[in-house]
Amino acid sequence: MLLLECPWCGPRSEEEFSCGGEGHIVRPLNPDELDDAAWGDYVFMRRNAKGVHFERWRHAHGCGRWFNVARSTVSHEILAVYRVGDDKPKVAP
Amino acid sequence: MANYSIFALARNALQRHRNWPQAWRSPQPRASYDAVIVGGGGHGLATAYYLAKLHGMRNIAVLEKGWIGGGNTGRNTTIVRSNYLNPESAAIYDHALKLWEGLSQELNFNVMFSQRGVINLAHDEGEARELRRRIYANQLAGVDAEWVTPTQLGELCPILNLDPNMRYPVLGGTLQRRAGTARHDAVAWGYARGADRLGVHIIENCEVTGLIIRDGRVEGVHTNRGEIRTPKIGVVAAGHSSVLAAMAGIRLPLDSHPLQALVSEPIKPVMPTVIMSNKVHAYMSQSDKGELVIGAGIDPYNSYAQRGSLPVIEETIRAVVELYPITSRLKMMRQWAGIVDICPDASPIISATPVDGLYFNCGWGTGGFKATPGSGHLFAHTLAKDAAHAINAPFALERFYSGALVAEHGAAAVAH
Repeated sequence: MLLLECPWCGPRSEEEFSCGGEGHIVRPLNPDELDDAAWGDYVFMRRNAKGVHFERWRHAHGCGRWFNVARSTVSHEILAVYRVGDDKPKVAP
Repeated sequence: MANYSIFALARNALQRHRNWPQAWRSPQPRASYDAVIVGGGGHGLATAYYLAKLHGMRNIAVLEKGWIGGGNTGRNTTIVRSNYLNPESAAIYDHALKLWEGLSQELNFNVMFSQRGVINLAHDEGEARELRRRIYANQLAGVDAEWVTPTQLGELCPILNLDPNMRYPVLGGTLQRRAGTARHDAVAWGYARGADRLGVHIIENCEVTGLIIRDGRVEGVHTNRGEIRTPKIGVVAAGHSSVLAAMAGIRLPLDSHPLQALVSEPIKPVMPTVIMSNKVHAYMSQSDKGELVIGAGIDPYNSYAQRGSLPVIEETIRAVVELYPITSRLKMMRQWAGIVDICPDASPIISATPVDGLYFNCGWGTGGFKATPGSGHLFAHTLAKDAAHAINAPFALERFYSGALVAEHGAAAVAH
């Protein structure tokens, strides 16, 4: 069971949060020029990393705000918590 | 190697069961094979079996990083059914169900396939309409399906709570009589033995650490037991599919999640069928040993750790106790998780890739066990012919670019 640290509310149980999946997926800025392959990649294809996973979480049963987490998908260790818009932190796997 | 039979049993009983031959060999890997299957679960072993049996490819190997039956094949809740909504899905799952019906004879191995029926409950009007729609779709696709009323449900399974004042009362359900359960690890063992008898090398404790690709073609695999050359690779790695794909520089539309299950202490027979409920998220059957086998949901975040978190189990147990009040004093013996590869449309991927000779069979998510024979049969065809079988053609990776998804979230039973 995870203990996640909401950047605004502090450490809370995983039950208060909802996971939004892989983060840092940027919507293409030129949608009119994209072909099917590029759209498919953007909409469906995922890294699904074994190891460090950069993902989005929302404090659904708390402040309701989105934030980012770097977490190991093998040990479940929370490696970093950072705000939406921040760059990926440097974390050791 | 001798067939299993009543005579073999009697002969071996006289020898105090000391002389049973090993069910499959433990060969040293050769330097090269005509094809290599990565992943020795039920699907991978079935693929190897049908490649050898139907397509004459005997110089092939199955590489398993752990041991046979140690992955998701031994971690699922053993349910087999084919009552999916879309015609493409009904075709692929019913193809598997038809193979299940003759599998013990085919493999000369008792997979304990028991067509005890599978029931899906409806707890509100909307769900009842949705399930009725699925019955009609099933009947059009040639899959048996019927509606059962609460009274009939009470006769089929007396321990089911039919109190109309329940928070989520049971309004009825669908029944597929040809569906049921099978002994899950027997399926892996049976296919392993069958493939081995046809000359397939089953190599356990052999983890693929890299793919050898030159000029867009596969040439082999790196493993912890050395390099193996092959012109054809079929990856059947369930939750680790994305890891194998990354070795080829490919991303797949998959997310890996733990899917949990648990079993109770063994009790006398109380559950003659399989009952699933999407709404309250509980599904339960009883094993021949008497344990109640309970399926929980997936953990909401990506994970490769074969363990789940407690909140998911708590939610399932709440639902089980409400639906089956007699379970409230039962002790749970074991709880575990397997890593499942969830696809956005809750349908599998059996497909070629941009790399020549590299094929993937993945994305079965929470419901792969039921498809084991069909999946192996179709993937073997795809590998041998370098072209999809008509039944698995709609399940190519291409659908994520064309938009022709096969959405099965309703019929997949476990919330994705």
